[in-house]
Amino acid sequence: MQKSREYMLREIQELSFICVDLNLFLDTHPDNKRAAMDYSGYSQKLNASKREYEEMYGALSNFGEGYHGPDFNWTESPWPWE
Amino acid sequence: MRMAKLFFAQYGGADSELSAGMRYLAQRYSMPLDTLKALLTDIGTEELGHWEMIGAMIAQLTAGATAQDYKAAGMGDYYVGHQNGIYPQDASGVPFTAAYIQVKGDPVADLTEDLAAEQKARATYESLMRITDDPDVIDPLRFLREREIVHFERFGEGLDILQRMHINCHTK
Repeated sequence: MQKSREYMLREIQELSFICVDLNLFLDTHPDNKRAAMDYSGYSQKLNASKREYEEMYGALSNFGEGYHGPDFNWTESPWPWE
Repeated sequence: MRMAKLFFAQYGGADSELSAGMRYLAQRYSMPLDTLKALLTDIGTEELGHWEMIGAMIAQLTAGATAQDYKAAGMGDYYVGHQNGIYPQDASGVPFTAAYIQVKGDPVADLTEDLAAEQKARATYESLMRITDDPDVIDPLRFLREREIVHFERFGEGLDILQRMHINCHTK
C-alpha cells in the first residue's frame, strides 16, 4: 500500500529523533555497543526513508545534502511552518 | 494567540532555546575533551532545531492575524513594532541579549551553567504547560520539556567525565 506523504514525513521525524537521542547518548557513552548498533541500524533506516521521500517529493535538505529528487524544487511551499 | 505571546519566552528569553543553542555552540571551542566538544556541538545544534520549532509554532498561531487580533491578545505593542514578524524577545518584550549566556572558558563553570540552563528551560516549559488552554500545543511542549531533562543528564555525565579526568591527571 502506498504510504502517504504525511506518513512518510512522520516516519522520517521519528527515525531522525531516535538518531539524535542515540547520538547524544553515544557522546558520553562511546563504549556502549548496544547503542552503537542501534544507531547504525536506525541511521540506515533514516537514510532509506529520506531517499524514498525525496525521490517522490524532492529535497529535504539543500546545500548539497541528500537527494534533490526529480526537480530542483526546494524553494517551493509549503515550508515547514506553513 | 494568547499562547503566542508566552512562547516568546522560549524564542528570545533568558532561558530560551536560542539562549541554550548559542551558549553551547559558543562554549564548545574552549572545551578540553573531545567528548565535551561533541556534546556541546550536538546539544547546541539540537537546541537551534528547537528554536526553529518554537518559531514555527508562533508563526502558526499568528498566521493571518490582524492588528485587532494582536490587540485582543494583549500584543498591541508588539504589533506596532513587528506586525506579523517574529522577533527574538521574551514574553515581556525584552530583546534577546548575549548577556543571558556566559562563556567562562573554564569547563567546570561552563558545564555547571549548562546544567542550570537545562533546569531553567524545563521549569519554563512546565509553566507553559500549566498555563496553556490549547491542547494542540501541549504535546510539543511536553516533548521539548523531556529533551531538557535528557540534556541535563548528558551534561551531568560530561561534568563527571571531566572531573574524573582531572582526578586521574592529578593522582599520577
